[in-house]
Amino acid sequence: MKKFRDIASARRTWAWPYVLFLVLFVVLPLLLIIYYAFSTPGGDFTIQNFVKFFHTSEAVNTLIYSMAIAFITTLICLLLGYPAAYIMAMADFKTPQVMALLFILPMWINFLLRTIATVELFNMFGLPLGEGALLFGMCYDYLPFMIYPIYNTLQKMDHSLIEAAQDLGANKANVFTKVVLPLSVPGIYSGIVMVFMPTVSTFAIAELLTHNKITLFGSLIQRSFGEGGIAMWNYGAALSLIMLVIIAATSFFDQERDHDAQKGGLL
Amino acid sequence: MIEQKLSSAQEEARRRRHALIAKRIGGQAYLWLLLIVLYAPIVLIFIFSFTQSKVFGNWTGFTFQLYGNLFTGYDSTTHVRVDPNLYRAIFYTVAIAIGAATIATLLGTLAAIGLYNMRSKARKTVTFLNSIPMINPDILTGISLFLLFVFLGISRGYVTVLIAHVVFCTPYVVLSVMPRLTQMNPNTYEAALDLGATPAQALRKVLLPELRPGMVSGFILALTLSIDDFGVTFFTKGSNGLETLSTFIYADARKGGLTPELRPLFSLIFLTILVLLIIMNIRTNKQINNQKK
Repeated sequence: MKKFRDIASARRTWAWPYVLFLVLFVVLPLLLIIYYAFSTPGGDFTIQNFVKFFHTSEAVNTLIYSMAIAFITTLICLLLGYPAAYIMAMADFKTPQVMALLFILPMWINFLLRTIATVELFNMFGLPLGEGALLFGMCYDYLPFMIYPIYNTLQKMDHSLIEAAQDLGANKANVFTKVVLPLSVPGIYSGIVMVFMPTVSTFAIAELLTHNKITLFGSLIQRSFGEGGIAMWNYGAALSLIMLVIIAATSFFDQERDHDAQKGGLL
Repeated sequence: MIEQKLSSAQEEARRRRHALIAKRIGGQAYLWLLLIVLYAPIVLIFIFSFTQSKVFGNWTGFTFQLYGNLFTGYDSTTHVRVDPNLYRAIFYTVAIAIGAATIATLLGTLAAIGLYNMRSKARKTVTFLNSIPMINPDILTGISLFLLFVFLGISRGYVTVLIAHVVFCTPYVVLSVMPRLTQMNPNTYEAALDLGATPAQALRKVLLPELRPGMVSGFILALTLSIDDFGVTFFTKGSNGLETLSTFIYADARKGGLTPELRPLFSLIFLTILVLLIIMNIRTNKQINNQKK
């Protein structure tokens, strides 16, 4: 027994390099965001960076606007994606996997190039590049992230439950609202988080889709680290911390993050 | 009377079948409509890879010229070299992806084995830490690492991008390997040791073969995440001219013109992946069929 314990404890140590790596390259960098956010370029403690943010109405408005855009994108993706996931999961295709693959395949083309192609598509049809293009482009980029987790939960669902509900006299609407929908909630949560988080923090897509007409919160952060120079880093860190809080709050919604790993399992 | 009833029942059944077929066709049509919209920009890239125009969206006649340019690095009609930075970007994209995926697979597999043998409290903590890079958006991962490298005075370049990619790839490897560990019989490794194998032999002959499928899918996932990354690379690449394809395209788009050779490049990448996926799908279908037999 002692020997077994020795072996087990020895193998426990195999994770140590990674734990060390995580502390150095994940935990410490996040602490540095907090440190920079609460300090002056000279290194003294200050809350001035946050005061500056809340007093710059343009910055606050950008944050609110970005959250609204992310919210609308998530909603559109849910409304478009849920029926698609439902049809794929319920229909008895010979190979349902092929359909799921077709929805994931575009993600293999660099998303910036796809975004540029979308801009080209808008130009071809003579459509203006603005809010509409932004929403279309965002939905286009993140729709697969909504479809996939919902499809996954619907497919894993015990389909005999539907038959049971039907046998017990439930009509189609009831079967959906009382059985299918509640059981797919974890997938919906995952989908919402997987779409909302990248859209609220995106910075390159908006620039390309609107030719710099619309600035999102992510671009605001990026600019304070790029063009602003060292003097703006602390302000940028404060903005990043605000973003971090939003992300942390959103991630509480998520229950089954493990879905991500299966993105590769499909290959 | 009976005949009438029978025929009305048949009528009813037929109506139902028609409704079902209509529903299925409607569902299929919706999926295909979504797919058409989803693929329209990609098809556009593909179509315009067969014309020579510098401006994307401008058709100047069918030609394979851009494909030729891409492979020779030289435009024989205008006698201009294709931007050499494009080839450097391709090289660094591949080098960083393979490097990061390899390190992430080794680090993540070891971590998964260690994690599996941990007490539940420690395991929870490490699992939480492991989930941070997956939840964090790329801009925050990028900025936090940017601040770290600045803070430690490390100059940014190939190594810092590699480290950054390992950061966001490894959690997915851990998650891919973990299910294999929970599925395997935990006693086989001990049995190998009892039968006189050294820990290294037991690892190589017992543990690794069991974990290999998880490691492979983790490796492939890491490759794709690394190749597709823009945000993290953007903040960790520094200003020494290191570019990956993502940052190259971004810089290109900001300058206003897209290097035309990107069109054939990504058309080829897309076709390759499409063919690979079709082959894999046929193979797995065959396996499933064989198992059924």
